[in-house]
Amino acid sequence: MLRFIVRRLLLLVPILLGLSILIFLWIRALPGGPAQALLGERATPQAVQQIRHQLGLDKPIYEQYWAYVRTTASGNLGISIASRRPVTTEIRERFPATIELTVAAMIFALSIGLPLGFYAAKRHGSAFDHLSLVGSLIGISIPIFFLAIILKYIFSVRLGWLPSIGRQDVLINADHPTGFYVLDGIVTGNWNAAWDAVKHLILPAIALGSIPLAIIARITRASALDVQNEDYVRTARAKGLSPGIVDRRHVMRNALLPVATIIGLQVGLLLGGAVLTETVFAIPGMGSWIAQAIFNRDYPVIQGGVLFLAIVFVFVNLIVDLSYGLLNPRIRVS
Amino acid sequence: MGRRMKVGFLAALAVALIVVAAAGASLTGKHATTTLVFGASADPVILDGPLVSDGESLRPISLIFQGLVSLKPGTTTIVPQLATSWTTSKNGLVWTFNLRNGVKFQDGTAFNAKAVCFNFNRWYNFPGPLQTDAVTYYWNTVFGGFAHPAQGSPGPDKSLYRSCKAVGSSQAVITLTRKSGGFLGALALSVFGMASPAALVKYQADAGTVTADGVFQPTGTFGTQHPIGTGPYMFKSWKIGDKLVLVKNPTYWGKPSDPPWSRSAKIDQLIFVPIPDNAARLQALQTGEIQGYDNVAPQDIATVRSNSGLKIVNRPPFNVAYVGINQSQPPFDKLAVRQALAYGLDRASVVNAFYAGRGQTTNQFLPPQLFGYAKSGVPDYPYNPTKAKQLLQSAGLTLPVKIDFWYPTNVSRPYMPDPSRNFQAFQASLENSGFKVVPHSAPWRPDYVATVQSGGAQVFLLGWTGDWGDPSNFLNVHFGSQTQEFGFNNPSLFALLKKADAETDIEKRTALYQQASVAVMKFLPVVPYVHSTPALAFKSNVKGFIASPVGLDPFWLATVS
Repeated sequence: MLRFIVRRLLLLVPILLGLSILIFLWIRALPGGPAQALLGERATPQAVQQIRHQLGLDKPIYEQYWAYVRTTASGNLGISIASRRPVTTEIRERFPATIELTVAAMIFALSIGLPLGFYAAKRHGSAFDHLSLVGSLIGISIPIFFLAIILKYIFSVRLGWLPSIGRQDVLINADHPTGFYVLDGIVTGNWNAAWDAVKHLILPAIALGSIPLAIIARITRASALDVQNEDYVRTARAKGLSPGIVDRRHVMRNALLPVATIIGLQVGLLLGGAVLTETVFAIPGMGSWIAQAIFNRDYPVIQGGVLFLAIVFVFVNLIVDLSYGLLNPRIRVS
Repeated sequence: MGRRMKVGFLAALAVALIVVAAAGASLTGKHATTTLVFGASADPVILDGPLVSDGESLRPISLIFQGLVSLKPGTTTIVPQLATSWTTSKNGLVWTFNLRNGVKFQDGTAFNAKAVCFNFNRWYNFPGPLQTDAVTYYWNTVFGGFAHPAQGSPGPDKSLYRSCKAVGSSQAVITLTRKSGGFLGALALSVFGMASPAALVKYQADAGTVTADGVFQPTGTFGTQHPIGTGPYMFKSWKIGDKLVLVKNPTYWGKPSDPPWSRSAKIDQLIFVPIPDNAARLQALQTGEIQGYDNVAPQDIATVRSNSGLKIVNRPPFNVAYVGINQSQPPFDKLAVRQALAYGLDRASVVNAFYAGRGQTTNQFLPPQLFGYAKSGVPDYPYNPTKAKQLLQSAGLTLPVKIDFWYPTNVSRPYMPDPSRNFQAFQASLENSGFKVVPHSAPWRPDYVATVQSGGAQVFLLGWTGDWGDPSNFLNVHFGSQTQEFGFNNPSLFALLKKADAETDIEKRTALYQQASVAVMKFLPVVPYVHSTPALAFKSNVKGFIASPVGLDPFWLATVS
């Protein structure tokens, strides 16, 4: 197991090296640069040239890359051109928002998607099964930003039940030792703040979790359908085991293997890709930050942010791979 | 498992519904009456005036810091602020400012002439990494030179500023290198607000490092945690991505009975919340999570107006949209062809169709608000396809005349909410007028602006929003010297604009700029077509807010009932 983990971690080196070259070259191939993004109509050719010179963008590309590798290798991801703050500081402040939103979205997706998929498989061919298929198709098809706007309109604007923006009511002065607002409220004993943070997560989590929910429901259904027709399941039933035990011990555990893969992929995608949800709900997370950086040609942010997310993605998938062993002893042994 | 699962599922659903209903019970949308929550489109960059040029930074900066002069709310009329009066020497180079007595910075230190000179010299002596337009745009634009220039930066020989001398504690004497009438108006910019010298030193305002990428990282905390000025509001806290909180300055020098630009604040606390998405800002206003925001999208104005709990506050128009012409690209080096273009643009129809009643068709580059706007003598170019064709033929051209017309995509500007529609309408009217339009487009950022400003566009849509209340910020910036964008060399126009800028007597200055405004419309480097009215939206219970044409919004005058 340890060897497996070390091997996977060592893979990080070539992955990050390759990714850093790709990102470095790609963003510099994009037309324009930070000067035009910063100054707009005020970006005279002289100003552009001056800024390019200051940022070293007029140096040969290999010199720029070498300077970048040197600073990155020391753990310094550079300074954002737009905000003038260290990229590592921005990540430290923004990543908890993205994690919190991702976790909330996955809790929503799993708590509904898993039982929905299993029940649809158990009632294969029934009206519920057909409805769940249609529902998951709709869930996958609705654009997230559209769903987010509709949810906000109904539950915030019309009904006034839930907040529409941010992570916490601006009038609440709470301490945030960890950056995870719900956890911070609990840890500091500020239950009002914790509850308020939960309220702020509900709509974004539903919007962001709608597609994973649909995917998880469908994969679970398909996987459970396969497994429940296996010989060992029939044998278990023939032995007289109760349906509940058969489902829990034999069907679910084996059906969850492909689902675990999907969960890992979805978590990885959500961590880096919640751009639209973060934008619509004004949540200061990683996705909207990197998207804005691409727009602004903020090279240090794009380079540092994408590298960081790549590391996170590798770790998430490592955890998913390790979870296979938990679910299936045969994989653990092999 | 089936029944248990069903029961479990239904129970979870019931819990979810209870959670949502309970959550709703406490979303009142109400804030304390001594707080105003304002939706900004982004966080400020830093709360240190000379180091920023974006509106989101300047908004709180204008509340924390004050300059020697300010503007009468809602106008561009210069009024005294930290200076109560001023005189200029005969040669126009020496400006003597008599300072207001009894003013203290928010850290308790005294505001005096030494503090004025400290600030000016700080700006003039900014180190190399702070000398680019990306950091000190306004110092570069107004004063244009540094004491110790880095490579590529202008030096003392280019600088408008020469020196500052403190005469006693109540008189600051600023010496310029040349006459400039625009100097006083520029001092009203929030970027030139006075900061506490003690705080600048203590919190290391200019300390920083330069990364291998060449980006300057401020390491001091003046601009992030201790921005200290003399304004009606002071800094309380700032969590990036969350909120910036300002509170009433308890030791502010102004009284409720003072003129509006100096009055003390009524609202105890201002909270600025960054909400990048325009639709999200509108929804936050509708739910009551914020009580106001700027840059209302044109399509949202009707929505705001139809809600009795909301209202629109108009910002006086201080911008211009124009069809630019690059005279280095024939046949636009010929005046007759430029005139033909002007007659071939159906400007009034475009303004009527695409500005939702918030645009004013214009006949000149300056907005009507601004002194120097010419009330007579401006040549007019009403849409006249026949005349346009005649002019083209008189220039010896065969119709139709092919032109390359550029417009930006992926952008909505205050002066041009829908560039592609403007372009399509102009294309149709030009093709009716003897032109054959070849369309070109590029994303606003970064390609379009870069293309236009490097002279790559023959005819193009663009605009300008004024930064300060002086015509030089419109006319001299665009037509005061040769540029690749417009591609012309007109020494007499350059000389007229230089003379106008140097004139310190306001009446003479006004007359010169009126003359220049007419001259521009006769020479036609551009065809201006609209001044638009940007809008802010507020809850109806926010009273007394007066929008400034240049974004110097006096939040201290507002109340929340």
